Amino acid sequence: MIELLAHLGKNTRSSFSKLGRGTFFLLQCLAGIISVLPRPRLLLNQMYSVGVLSFLIISISGLFVGMVLGLQGFYILSDFGAETTLGVMVATSLVRELGPVVSALLFAGRAGSALTAEIGLMKATEQLSGMEMMAVDPIKRIISPRFLAGFLSMPLLATLFSAIGIIGGQIVGSGLLGVDEGAYWAQMQAKLDFYDDIINGVIKSVVFGFVTSWIALFEGHDAVPTSEGISRATTRTVVNSAFSILGLDFILTALMFGDD
Amino acid sequence: MQHTSTQDTLVGLFVAAGITALFFLALQVSNLSALTEKDSYTITARFENSGGLKVKSPVSAAGVKIGQVSAISLDPKTYEAVVKMSIYSQYNNIPSDTTASVFTAGLLGEQYVSLEPGGSEEFLKNNGAIEITQSAIILEKAIGQFLFKSAEEKK
Repeated sequence: MIELLAHLGKNTRSSFSKLGRGTFFLLQCLAGIISVLPRPRLLLNQMYSVGVLSFLIISISGLFVGMVLGLQGFYILSDFGAETTLGVMVATSLVRELGPVVSALLFAGRAGSALTAEIGLMKATEQLSGMEMMAVDPIKRIISPRFLAGFLSMPLLATLFSAIGIIGGQIVGSGLLGVDEGAYWAQMQAKLDFYDDIINGVIKSVVFGFVTSWIALFEGHDAVPTSEGISRATTRTVVNSAFSILGLDFILTALMFGDD
Repeated sequence: MQHTSTQDTLVGLFVAAGITALFFLALQVSNLSALTEKDSYTITARFENSGGLKVKSPVSAAGVKIGQVSAISLDPKTYEAVVKMSIYSQYNNIPSDTTASVFTAGLLGEQYVSLEPGGSEEFLKNNGAIEITQSAIILEKAIGQFLFKSAEEKK
């Protein structure tokens, strides 16, 4: 019994100390961003590996999610004779929820896990401590550019996801199922608001990008420097990112769309 | 440095694609263009009951959208709904004896304000008021009245 209590206490303490280290890491990382600005080359390289390489999976998933929404929405809406509102349904669900959330989950799986593994391996092979020996701050040189790249890429990817999904819904809706193309776009334009819907979706994806990059980089930096430690850290990145994204999505949705 | 320059191009394309997607969402998916490009002036109308009218509900004349509802409030003295409407400036020749009514588009559609122009030579100006109004038809009320009436007739 005493052992159990001691175990519980130890776990609680270690998770709080991890949160503390994480916050400290985030502050260091944010401070390091200033020194990235005069060296855009570092940022560009990371934008390539974090953003451009995630583009394919994001666009293909967006296309299929939009097509499925078009198909399912058509079957439900045709029961009420309201097929013409298909565009509203597809666009609202993509722009408000699915675009930011699904692309953030894919981003955590595709780019977040790669970041954790990369940083963890750098730590295990003592590249990070090597840099410190040469008086190069690894936070400024390695971590901050990756953080900034993730933070900037996420809203771009989410916007692309939504846009491609809406086109996918249109392909299925008016191409295969015969919803009037004009009605698809016109009803969408009448119902969706730029600030309330689209900008709020972009804000969501900015928050998700921030959190996902933070978790991925911190888990890598905090990993036990063995092959097993890195594999665990990578798993934790994906799991924790998914939890944070979905939990934050609920809070953000309640804040943004609560009053209508 | 062939490798880096292709990388640069790809990053540039990626960022450009993201920004294009945002423009696409702004112009094609939402109604940003309809809201910003037109100047408008405000007129008010008082309704006994504004029904399900909301801010941004359309205002139309002869089925053509000429503006939108900008604010709805309750007059604390007369208990009437005060509906402010922004009308696009190109439609600046609405007669002062125009009738405003709240209608529903279709059976389950959204509610909108319909303006029926009168014959006056004077036109409504900014902050002008429409005097003749017709309230929204509340379906429950209409059914209630109908039932009451048919019960009376049976007596």
